[in-house]
Amino acid sequence: MVVSMDFLRPASLAEALELKAANPDAVPIAGGTDVMVELNFDKRRPAALLDLGRVPELATWRAENGRVRLGATVPYTRIVDELGDVLPGLAMAARTVGSPQIRNRAGVGGNLGSASPAGDAHPPLLATGADVEVASTRGTRTVPIGEFFLGPKRSALAADELVTAVLVPVAAGPQQFAKVGTRNAMVIAVCSFGLALDTTRRTVGTGIGSAGPVPLRAAAAEDFAAEVLPWDEPAANTLTDDTAKEFGELVAAAARPIDDVRGSAAYRRHALAVLARRTLRWAWQDVSGR
Amino acid sequence: MTDEPAPESSAHTRRTVLKSTAAAAAGTVVASHHTSVASAETAHTGGARTRVTLSVNGERHRIAIEPRVTLLDALRDRLGLTGTKKGCDRGECGACTVLADGERIKSCLTLAVMRQGAEITTVEGLTRGDDLHPVQEAFIRHDAFQCGACTPGQIMSAVACIDEGHAGSEAEIREWMSGNLCRCAAYQNIVAAVADAAEEGRR
Repeated sequence: MVVSMDFLRPASLAEALELKAANPDAVPIAGGTDVMVELNFDKRRPAALLDLGRVPELATWRAENGRVRLGATVPYTRIVDELGDVLPGLAMAARTVGSPQIRNRAGVGGNLGSASPAGDAHPPLLATGADVEVASTRGTRTVPIGEFFLGPKRSALAADELVTAVLVPVAAGPQQFAKVGTRNAMVIAVCSFGLALDTTRRTVGTGIGSAGPVPLRAAAAEDFAAEVLPWDEPAANTLTDDTAKEFGELVAAAARPIDDVRGSAAYRRHALAVLARRTLRWAWQDVSGR
Repeated sequence: MTDEPAPESSAHTRRTVLKSTAAAAAGTVVASHHTSVASAETAHTGGARTRVTLSVNGERHRIAIEPRVTLLDALRDRLGLTGTKKGCDRGECGACTVLADGERIKSCLTLAVMRQGAEITTVEGLTRGDDLHPVQEAFIRHDAFQCGACTPGQIMSAVACIDEGHAGSEAEIREWMSGNLCRCAAYQNIVAAVADAAEEGRR
């Protein structure tokens, strides 16, 4: 059967938003590393594709007001190469995405647009309290990352809107990311965890991936760690085993995992407790190393 | 998979063949299908065949394809460049790796229409006359393959891996070649070949 598919190729953001408004069913495509799999296997037959690869406004990042405004199509390779200092947690997660070939094409906008609970960018964005910038011909708005995900592959994005950027606070302390998979490359995470310490405000941010219908924060774990971490004496040995263990257990308790082909709910909870414990220890070592 | 015809030697002949194939393909749908979505807007390409100019291995090719055709299928089925292999068609195996403006990408995960304006290099474009590329030479020296199906992708990935400066140690090579699978598990020799070619480049 021959199926027609329109291919829309805007050359500017304004044109992209007009095309999206006129064709709300059009599926945005940038790196293609997610959308193309569905097309190749005929899981999806969109009436139109909206190619964002030629929209220059989406392909840049800049620092503004203590945050990085990261364009939706900046590939992970550039995030690793250029943003490791200011967005270490996101850069660490970026380095685990797919493979070098995938990282040359894929970006954060696609991760958000797909809104998969397993997206590697989501835990660090949650841990740092990033905002998602979305735009349409009606205007531009920002959505706090914690309100962006509504369900598996469902987001706060309206049919006429595009993700244009994420606004990520510049790191104010050590950040970590860890994920569990069957190998280091080309895996969908069994579970993942992002951690961000703010040593100035003495707060702790968390993000849980692949262990719930949406990426989750572990608010109780954040409050606990912010309160009990010995901020005044940041030496590696001041983080007690009890604190690390309790933190891990609170993170595991915040997860809402299911059993699926990649792992059981029980395994995910167990692994998250371990990842949370470990990343807290690594991050605290970085605090004390300063 | 695509039902595109085999490549022809001249562009004129290819267009002629395409027309007849399009007519045959349209046999199952209403006759108006191929014209119904045509549009005059510059930013809009209809769902029917569209003209795409691809620059591959230094040569420009003008072909008429449907927007849904991947770069991989365009290379293999339309340009006859079958060195690039289709393994999984979902970005996992790396057999379809090519360079786009010097960067390695998976050609199954990009549409041909999206890569206009990029300079594509396939394994066919590595040789200089009769001389093999140093990475190709190294793969032969180290016997870095068994069945050979993944080899063009491995070699293209290795060329980029070395260019990126990610071939400094065995561990680094293993990490940065992780997007290319070898079902024969010739990894030991692949890593040795990449290390050797990188070393040769530094000499």
